[in-house]
Parts: sequence; structure tokens; C-alpha cells
Amino acid sequence: MIWQPSLLSLQVTLTASLVIFVLGLGFGTILAKRRFRGQVILSTLLNLPLVLPPSVVGYGLLLLLGHGSPLKDWLGVDILFTWQAAAVASAVVALPLMVESTRAAIANVNPELEAAARTLGSTEIEILWQITLPLAYRGILAGFSLSVARSLGEFGATLMVAGSIPGRTQTLPLAIYDAVESREYGRANIMVMIMVAIAVLFLSWVRRLEADQSK
Amino acid sequence: MSLTVHIQKKLPNYYLDVAFGVDDEPLGLLGSSGSGKSLTLRCIAGIDTPDSGTIILNDRVLYESRRGVNVPSRDRRVGVVFQNYALFPHLTVGQNIAYGLKHCGKIERRYRVAQQLVQMQLSGLGDRYPHQLSGGQQQRVALARALAPEPDLLLLDEPFSALDAHLRSTLETQLSQTLADYRGLTLFVSHNLEEAYRLCPQLLVLCDGKMLAQGDKQGIFDAPGSVTVAQLTGCKNYSRLEVLATDKIRALDWNCILETEELVSPLQTHVGIRAHHIAFLDSLEGSNRFPAWLAGSSETPHRQTLYLKLGDPAENSQDYHLRAEVFKEKWDRLKSRPFPWSVGLSPSRLLLLEGGNPL
Repeated sequence: MIWQPSLLSLQVTLTASLVIFVLGLGFGTILAKRRFRGQVILSTLLNLPLVLPPSVVGYGLLLLLGHGSPLKDWLGVDILFTWQAAAVASAVVALPLMVESTRAAIANVNPELEAAARTLGSTEIEILWQITLPLAYRGILAGFSLSVARSLGEFGATLMVAGSIPGRTQTLPLAIYDAVESREYGRANIMVMIMVAIAVLFLSWVRRLEADQSK
Repeated sequence: MSLTVHIQKKLPNYYLDVAFGVDDEPLGLLGSSGSGKSLTLRCIAGIDTPDSGTIILNDRVLYESRRGVNVPSRDRRVGVVFQNYALFPHLTVGQNIAYGLKHCGKIERRYRVAQQLVQMQLSGLGDRYPHQLSGGQQQRVALARALAPEPDLLLLDEPFSALDAHLRSTLETQLSQTLADYRGLTLFVSHNLEEAYRLCPQLLVLCDGKMLAQGDKQGIFDAPGSVTVAQLTGCKNYSRLEVLATDKIRALDWNCILETEELVSPLQTHVGIRAHHIAFLDSLEGSNRFPAWLAGSSETPHRQTLYLKLGDPAENSQDYHLRAEVFKEKWDRLKSRPFPWSVGLSPSRLLLLEGGNPL
């Protein structure tokens, strides 16, 4: 079966994308616009998943979501080895791409335009929505697309926090691993082609956005 | 209506310290780049914050360091035309002009935008985007956008610097008409003295963050007072001076002794004369007249620049004391005359200047 992992991947990626969009936009904006204590620490923490091995990220998430974590012991929320845990892992790993793209796109907006808007009576929130974000949207969208593609392909950390339970947490990348391991090459090939097609689609879309942006 | 500015701000390469007022007549802030003129303007608009001082606009305190007052840019009612216009590229001309009119009702807003479009000769361009306009049109949109909310003060930061020479004079005329209709204060920043001179009755000359001269433009041109101001106002000829009597000096770099109209003060170290104030006379009889030889000349469209040496014939084209400027017709009559010519440095035209060496 390839439908089950495909649908599961869709579900996990959509959920992760939502989280990535909101958090990435928020953190990216704050990092671009504000100067505050601990900025370097926050920026480093957000970017860590980009360089750490997936196993380290997965282990960190196990600690955060599992026994002894505030989430489980105080709030009684236990999502380990569910599709929600897979979504969390995907989001954490893909978030840096969105944060960095958003930060760069916003920092790229000519500050003179924001100054002009200020002299014309706009509040900072109005400027963000009416000037900064509309002018940065291509860069933000490019970063978002990259993040979505990355979260769709997430494997290592997902395996550690969600396992590879067919029908419950086995997303496409995990199903491919499973298929290859059990020598079902036909099934593996189809899933590999789906993944490659989606990746190519996203990357060409990102390329187009970036080309438009530099115009 | 009045603006009073008295601010200080420390910067890596200079210390800005200015104090001036603006009333009904436009004030021109003249200075070379890095003189602090744009920074002064940004402090008034609230884009930059001074270290200390006060800014008061029509009895409203916009900034006062002592009481910790710093009104945000959006509440200052100060319109700015930025050097590169800073038009919002994703908004149409109409939307750009309407941007500062959020507080107005829909009908009022539409009316004011239409009114600005007509006044700025932008009719029919309301739905275009800034990048579809010429430089001159963009400048007018920037002006319309700044004026639409009817600010108490209009700041213009080198509004002509991004334009071709032939467009400048047309737009300058339009701007001075617009300013004449505008019922607020105007502050104009420029490094081009002729532009500032034509548009502003009052001038303020800045150099390295300090005010060098302030007042009526004719007064500044007639009596610049210091070498730097004389240079910024386009004076081409300088000489160190040695005082011989209260009304007599030796111009060390010009090889001549000059009578002066005003009395020489000990602080005055240089004498200057503007290129177009050098007179060409028929005889050497009279005060401050000297025999002169031509070292070389160069052409501009309407004038001829002459390089003159006093006392002896010039050895080469670099061997000269003074630069004179005459109209082409005068040059046609002059060039057939035999040397030496009689050159007059009229005592009333001499500029006695304080301080420093020419830049």
C-alpha cells in the first residue's frame, strides 16, 4: 500500500506547515526588526536542527515530549509515537529554513520605505502589514516552500519520536526505508518517484519566486 | 508658524550641533555630503533621534531630551520628500498618495488624491505603479504623497539629485510654485548652492555638523565671512593676506596690494573674490587695478573662464592667480585686446574671510 503513507505524509506535512508558517513568520520578523538580549541565543537555538544530526534532534524531542517533561507530567499530553509527534519533529527540523528566509527577506526591505510610512502616520503594526510583509512576501514564500519540502522529507527525528508504525506514523520517507529493507522494490520505486516529483515541483517554484524577487 | 531646532548628536566622524529657526519663508540647508544636513532633517522628522536638545513645531514640543519627550514620527505632522523618493513600489500612484490619508473618510480621501493628481500634473497616472513613471513624475508623486495629509512642515531631502539636468529646472519651477501655495513651513536640504539660492530666501550653511552661516541668502553671498562658506557658495579665488593698514592688505598669493572697503580685522586671514566680479577695464588708472596676462581659458555654454596672472606674463597655462568668468560677448571683445589687460578687483567686491585653509 502506498496510499496510507502518502495520506499520512500529507496530514503530517500540512500540520507541520501551519506551525512552521506561524512560528517562522513570528520569529523571523522579531529577529529582523528587534534588538534584544538573548537574540543570538534564540537565533542559535532555532538554527540548531539545521546542523545537528537528526538523531540528536530526535533525542532532544523525546526528552521534551516524554516522561518527566512538563508537557506530559503537568498537562497530561502524551503524543509520543502518534502522527502529532511526527508533525512536531517535521516542524522543528524545517523551521530554521523559514525563520532565516523570513528574516533575510524582511531585513532586505528598504528601511527608507518604512521611515516614509512612519512620517505618513502609520503605526508599526500597520507598517508591518502594509509595507514590510507585502514587499518581503516572495522571499517569505520561497522560505516557506523550502520548509514544506523539507518537512515532507523528514526522516530521522520522526523515526525516533513517532516510530514507523504502518497506518499510524509511517510517513512516505519511513515507508520507503521499510520497503527497501523488505526488498519490495516496486513499492519503493513508486514512492521514491512521488517524493522526487514533489521535490522538483517545490524547488522550481522556489527558484521562480527568487527570480521574481530580484527583479 | 515656526520651527525651532536646537539639537546635538555625536557621530563617528563628526559632532552635529545646530540651532536655527524656520518661519514663513523656506529655509535651505546647504552643505557638502556628510555635513549633517540630511541627519538634521531626519532628526526633525523623527527618523533619527538626537542625543540632546529640543525641537519645537508651532508650539508643539516634538523632542526635548531634558523632559524625555520624543514624539513618534507618525504623530509629528511632518511631511518628507526623500532623496530617492521612497515611493511604495507595490502600491499604485493613487494608493501612494492616499497612504497618509487613513484618518480621512473614503470620499474625502478620494477627493484629496484626485486634487493632488491634478495639482501635480499627474492626471491619468493614478493607477500606474511607481516603476512605470519617469523620474520627474516619481518626484511629483513623492511631493503629492508628502503634501496630501497637509503637514505642518515639509522637509525636502535633495529632491532633484536623482534627476537629469534638463528636468531639474522645469521641476524646480513647479516646486517653487507648489511651495508658494503650501500653507506650512519648508526646509530644503541641498548640496547645490544655485538650487538652494533659487528656492530659498533663507540659507543655513553646514560643514562637519557645525553651522557656519545663517541668514538672508543675499547677505550670505555678499559677506560669507569664512573661507568655507565662501567656497560652499561658489567663490573660486582666494589668497592669504597680510595686513598693511586698516584698509590695505597684501594678497600673498596674487602678487598685489589691495585697498579694502571694510576695515580688516585681525581674525581675517584670507581675501577672496568671485569669478564674475573681476572687472576688465580700459586703463590702469584707479585703485585696485592691475596689469594682467592670460594664462589660459576654457569654455562653458554661455561663459568663458579666464585664467589670469597679475604683474608678469604667464609662463604656462597653470601659472595663474585668478579665475575670472565673463559672458561670451564680452570675451569676443576682450580677446583681441593687447596684453597687459587692466584687471580691476573693486574694493566693494573683495570678500574678507576668516579662518582655515581652502578645502
